[in-house]
Amino acid sequence: MATKPKTSTKASAIKEEEVSKVRFKTLVINDVKYKTLLTEKFKNREKWEEPNLKKILSQIPGTVIKVYVEEGQKVKEGDLMMVLEAMKMKNKIYFPIDGTVKKIYVTENEKVPKKHLMVELK
Amino acid sequence: MSLKRKILELQKKREKVLQGGGEKAIEKQVAMGKMTARERIITLLDENSFHEYDMFVEHEARDFGMATKVLHGDGVIIGTGTIYGAPICIYAQDFTVAGGSLGLMHARKITKIMDHAMKLRVPLIGINDSGGARIQEGVNSLAGYGEIFYRNTIASGVIPQLSVILGPCAGGAVYSPALTDFVFVVDKISKMFITGPEVIKTVLGEEISMEDLGGARVHSEITGNAHFYAESEIECFDQVKKLITYIPWNNSKKAHSFEAKEPKIDQYKIDEIIPGNPKDPYDVRDVVRAVTDDSDFFEIQELWAANIVIGFGRMGGQTVGFVCNQPLVLAGVLDVDSSDKAARFIRYCDSFNIPIVTLVDLPGYLPGVDQEHAGVIRHGAKILYAYSEATVPKITVILRKAYGGGYIAMNSRHLNADFVFALPGAEIAVMGPEGAANIIFRKEIMGAEDPEKMRKQKVKEYKEKFANPYVAAAKGYVDSVIEPEETRKILLHAIEVSQDKVDRKPIKKHGIPPF
Repeated sequence: MATKPKTSTKASAIKEEEVSKVRFKTLVINDVKYKTLLTEKFKNREKWEEPNLKKILSQIPGTVIKVYVEEGQKVKEGDLMMVLEAMKMKNKIYFPIDGTVKKIYVTENEKVPKKHLMVELK
Repeated sequence: MSLKRKILELQKKREKVLQGGGEKAIEKQVAMGKMTARERIITLLDENSFHEYDMFVEHEARDFGMATKVLHGDGVIIGTGTIYGAPICIYAQDFTVAGGSLGLMHARKITKIMDHAMKLRVPLIGINDSGGARIQEGVNSLAGYGEIFYRNTIASGVIPQLSVILGPCAGGAVYSPALTDFVFVVDKISKMFITGPEVIKTVLGEEISMEDLGGARVHSEITGNAHFYAESEIECFDQVKKLITYIPWNNSKKAHSFEAKEPKIDQYKIDEIIPGNPKDPYDVRDVVRAVTDDSDFFEIQELWAANIVIGFGRMGGQTVGFVCNQPLVLAGVLDVDSSDKAARFIRYCDSFNIPIVTLVDLPGYLPGVDQEHAGVIRHGAKILYAYSEATVPKITVILRKAYGGGYIAMNSRHLNADFVFALPGAEIAVMGPEGAANIIFRKEIMGAEDPEKMRKQKVKEYKEKFANPYVAAAKGYVDSVIEPEETRKILLHAIEVSQDKVDRKPIKKHGIPPF
């Protein structure tokens, strides 16, 4: 198996001698600004975005098997949009709201990752 | 046949089994940078203490050409031995024999030694190095895993269970370590995952290496599945041995006590470690070292959720479990991961009669959509549950900030702590002065000619009145406000007088913790 050797050696989250040298960041909690270190997980946390029903994202990574609509087509909530094969299952994807198809970003047989923009409505 | 010849025959049979999977397989094992299963056991245990059982066990598989295959010991070694004189039951999967794959007899050997450990009431150590289920044995192999998981669960909280991952441990196999108390991993050797890179690639199209998916660092830093990270097998065994010295053999014993030693007080002085300004960071582990024997602190899950620190030290020769907010990382907040980390450790200490010392310095829970949506309510509740339920001596020292829900959660008097002490710089309040003043004096601040000046004044007023330990002490929520240099003496006394603590809870089958 191919494993990349990591450059860092055993990294204590914070090494003692670093405490005096480290450049601390600010973390605000209840209006108080704390000097502290931030973890990778905290820095990489997903920023929340208001869901936009007009932008239809893939819920699971998979392969687009068939697209049933065309750009410019008027669609109703519950209309069949496409079949996305994932986990060996053919998942039917339906439109969540009424609208007109503005753009289709995927083609048949295309592999898409999770949260990939597939179809946009206007 | 004379007895002498029979003895010779036995010796020959043993010789064969000791070869494991044979020279070639051993060469491969060594090439992967791994020791053989038998070398591992011998290195880990006290010299000449290992006694092996079930050496001559053979598998019963008949399908897929298995009938003619000889698998020495069926790919696993079991036995008893000692570590620093402490009795141990141990098993080690032998990757050189059919890739350490788990078949029916392999599993029977493991469950046998597990049953032994339970009857003898001694710690169980499992060394995992296995390609997974032995496919040829079908459902028998699955049965084997299930029987191991069941025993792991029943033994949980009765005898210490340690899992040492020294090779692959994938698929269902990972659930045995996950059910045990402590998981040890070694860089570039340990691999743990439910579904491997191959399947992920086929099904989801995502490409990732084994190391990045479930290597030692991943489980030490990201998932929190591992408790101890080492760079070599030798370092890992030293960690196992050290841990064994801190924990009792079973849940009706206390940990072995050692000769008491003074901390290195010239190196660790609490009043010099903790900055006066509650917004400034410091390493809380230095405060632990200021109170423990010989300033020794054996940290657990050092790399994961570093905003809380857990681990063992000794005070007056006796093992103490420490749970401390770490102002150095994320200002020491409680969040999903740190709550999980602390709660499990508290329950460990409670199961095994280890007094808990809690060092408090936190601004509260971490705000954020990600935290709320990740379920910080139910995760945060675990820490309340664990402290409330624990009946071992529970002693708290509020070092500096103790705000809001965080104050309650960190073994406060209200959750039935035995002793709550506070340093003179402690601030026990519903929130930090800035936030509190902004809410309480909103009208005054908004209506003032110079709101900023008014805000500062009100913050100052609030600080003077409430940001201290005396409001809580006046209600008896804090038993005593102490000087930093008295901390060790006072903790030693609190532990001493709590030796025979009895705290009977209502009889129940079990509680329903917010898992």
